[in-house]
Amino acid sequence: MAITLSGDHAMAAPPLSARLTPAQVWGIVLLAPYLLVFCAFVIYPVGYGLWLARHPASYVALYHDPVFARAAVNTLVFLVIGINIKMLIALFLSGFFVQQRTWIKWLSVLFILPWAVPSIPTILSVRFMLNPEWGVVNQLIFKFTGDDGPNWLNDPTVALAMAIGVHIWKSLPFWTLILITGRLAIPHDLFEAAEVDGASWWQKFRFITWPSMQTLYITCTLLSMIWTLGDFNSVYLLTGGGPADLTHVLATLGIRYLRLDQLSLAMASIVCAMPFVLPLVYFMMKRLSR
Amino acid sequence: MKLPTLREVATEARLLLIGIPVFLWTMIPIYHMFLFAISPKEDAFSGKLWPDHPTLHNFSIVFHQQHYFLRDFYLQFWNSMVIAAAVGVLTLFIATAAAFAISRLRVPGGRVVMNLALFTYFIPAAFLAVPMYRTMGIYGLLNNHWSLILAMVTIASPYAIWVLKQASDKLPVELDEAAVMDGATTPQIFRLIYLPLMMPSLVAIGTYAVLLAWNEYLYAFLLLSNDRDITLPVALGNFLAADDSPWELLMTTGFIYALPPAAIYYAFRRYMVGGLTAGAVKS
Repeated sequence: MAITLSGDHAMAAPPLSARLTPAQVWGIVLLAPYLLVFCAFVIYPVGYGLWLARHPASYVALYHDPVFARAAVNTLVFLVIGINIKMLIALFLSGFFVQQRTWIKWLSVLFILPWAVPSIPTILSVRFMLNPEWGVVNQLIFKFTGDDGPNWLNDPTVALAMAIGVHIWKSLPFWTLILITGRLAIPHDLFEAAEVDGASWWQKFRFITWPSMQTLYITCTLLSMIWTLGDFNSVYLLTGGGPADLTHVLATLGIRYLRLDQLSLAMASIVCAMPFVLPLVYFMMKRLSR
Repeated sequence: MKLPTLREVATEARLLLIGIPVFLWTMIPIYHMFLFAISPKEDAFSGKLWPDHPTLHNFSIVFHQQHYFLRDFYLQFWNSMVIAAAVGVLTLFIATAAAFAISRLRVPGGRVVMNLALFTYFIPAAFLAVPMYRTMGIYGLLNNHWSLILAMVTIASPYAIWVLKQASDKLPVELDEAAVMDGATTPQIFRLIYLPLMMPSLVAIGTYAVLLAWNEYLYAFLLLSNDRDITLPVALGNFLAADDSPWELLMTTGFIYALPPAAIYYAFRRYMVGGLTAGAVKS
């Protein structure tokens, strides 16, 4: 028995070692840790999640849940309006920050702060600023006008707008930085030539800056949209999904269902987002993996 | 001295007109946090723009753990530190090994692994949170620091692998070939040639992973719940549980919590900007 086993082994071994060089064996060994993490913490959870979301009844329940519909609309508003505003500002500011001034250089160092500091304390700071009674915003409004300010986070539209504002505050520096790199890559003599020809700043933007930046700009916008889908903090820490669950987005909705112990609904709501997410992801992967 | 022309003055004025709002927009939430940290409770709630009696008393309360919400402050700070460090080390190890295998050793199937990693990178982390929570429960890791460490490594490594692969693709192949000619083994190439040349990217990725773990809130509050296991951000979130939250202490703790990542960011800014933004979006 032992002899047959070792015989089998000896017969199986040569083709394998003939096919793999020592370098490739090392390659597999070095790739193994990531593959292990990937299988244990990506494949298994995703598979398990899909399995939880398999009942058609979950989707019917979602369809009848007004919170889900509202969250879907909110997410769409967040992405379509919020991200486009953010990217337009970032495009504009990248033009501001490439100006050669000492004070602008210092400002750009400070400007990165929202990105560098953790979001929890700063979002909570904004939350207290908007507190209707004690917040500094309403106290200033009272001081100057004598009127009580609005109850910022108690109106779903305003609260969602504030959450979008917090999101923009947090991630604007990052995207501006990337668009600055894009702007700096444009050859400077193009602008000099345009200057000689007497082009206005709009013409310079329209015919030099935009054509060389549009691919980068669109990539950034799409990437930002994908990531913003997962922006849990801006909404959860500012409004907590309230008032009356009217400001949830898909990222916070999953946690809400988890709290309510409706795990299959949590997974189903994420699966519902996939038809929108996957094309974007596919597009980004084609662009980045060359 | 030459007097500036009207046109130059107008340009400067326009730039200031943009610069001042940008400055205010950036600094107000941070200044507000700082203001709370140095204000006694009465001043903080009065809406003043500078306290009548600025004080460091709040810091003293935090550092002496003299409040119900702060009784485990040092422990939670320590938890945050250990978890961030562990995520940094593990991510570096896993990602460097994988990037070396894919880019330098051209291991069969490397491209597929790269694409799978990229795919994970693009799936929003919040979407993975609920299944990850359940999975950790099944593995029996809930309320164990390893659950958060492994979850953060999972989230950090795809991007890490991608950036490191991009960087190592730029190293000339001739280096490896020459080393092989001289009889170097693969581990020797990795240790003596690859690692030293990759240093700047490794610093950037290590910083990225540490900051990601230090700043994480969602996964931390899902996976850890015991008061003595949680990290600082979760502890900050817990302040909100009470109706009469001590906001001045919350802001003070938040300020202390925000200092290390800001310091690390500015210390490694050179690496971060070069290593990350160049890799982050390729046009």
